[in-house]
Amino acid sequence: MNILLNGLIAGILFGFFLQKGRVIRYDKQVGALRLIDMTIVKFMFSAILVGMVGVHILHIFGIAKPLILPTAIGANIIGGLIFGIGWGLLGYCPGTSLGALGEGRLDALWGIFGMLTGAALFAEVYPLLSNTVLEWGKAGSITLPQILGMNPWLVIVIFISGGLALFRWLEKKGL
Amino acid sequence: MKTMGDKGWSPYLAGALTGVVIILSVWSAGQYFGSSTCFVRTVGMIEQLFSAERVARMDYFVRFMPEIDWQLMFVVGILIGAFISAITSNSFKLKAVPDMWETRFGPGAIKRGIVAFIGGIILMVGARLAGGCPSGYGLSALVQLAVSGLVALVCFFAGGIVVAQILYRGVNRK
Repeated sequence: MNILLNGLIAGILFGFFLQKGRVIRYDKQVGALRLIDMTIVKFMFSAILVGMVGVHILHIFGIAKPLILPTAIGANIIGGLIFGIGWGLLGYCPGTSLGALGEGRLDALWGIFGMLTGAALFAEVYPLLSNTVLEWGKAGSITLPQILGMNPWLVIVIFISGGLALFRWLEKKGL
Repeated sequence: MKTMGDKGWSPYLAGALTGVVIILSVWSAGQYFGSSTCFVRTVGMIEQLFSAERVARMDYFVRFMPEIDWQLMFVVGILIGAFISAITSNSFKLKAVPDMWETRFGPGAIKRGIVAFIGGIILMVGARLAGGCPSGYGLSALVQLAVSGLVALVCFFAGGIVVAQILYRGVNRK
């Protein structure tokens, strides 16, 4: 019960900030994909940079365990590109579609029905994929510091520097 | 920066606060953001209404049990949180066709609905194949510096940019 309430509260906060940042709208999502409005990129990277520092501190002190989605290069790339195609058509992603519905964007509802249908279809074909595509380039739960042979904090510093440079460039370009 | 009619918060501020929520979720519940797995669980629960035995035999629903978990509540919370924020800032608006879409493809809600539905199917098949969506990979995996997060996020944008460029080819960028 407690864990479910925790999830609900985290979601409410996330949805609140998504709406405040104006990032759950079709115009913002597709605006980024058209490379004319980078609001969602600013939002996403701000969240990533802050989260990166905090989550690594939690890991160091053993307060929380890492949960690293495994890398399977083939599936990550093919699935990622297919996701992108669908995202370009729908203009919302799974999380933001619920947020968009929350601010009254009714077209998100069709997207949600589509996503449930897509999940059902995937469950049907999963047995065919589990020994093929999903196995391609399987590399386990690897991280950038591991493959680069670098200290995680050095990678974090690089990410933060790169992120701040990106933000400056976006503001200069008026994107 | 472009100023739109209704003003929100700076995306940097809203994003950074989201980063804090990510940290608090990991701290308080050991849970990382994600949004697409719960669509699998939800559709599993719907299919159970028709044939529970069939669902029990399907590998994918054995791996991702049809049940209400942290992530499903999280995604429901996103809807509630966005609603609260929109209502309290007068930016809630019932709308079936986004502005940008309308200027390109007209005001037809059915046309928009069909494309949104098809886009949703493709998107979710891709997300499950990749193993996650922008919440799971973009936020949770990249926050932990996972290789999978970086690869998937680049591909999400690559696929999306190609489609958006085709759909809006020749349209004024303003």
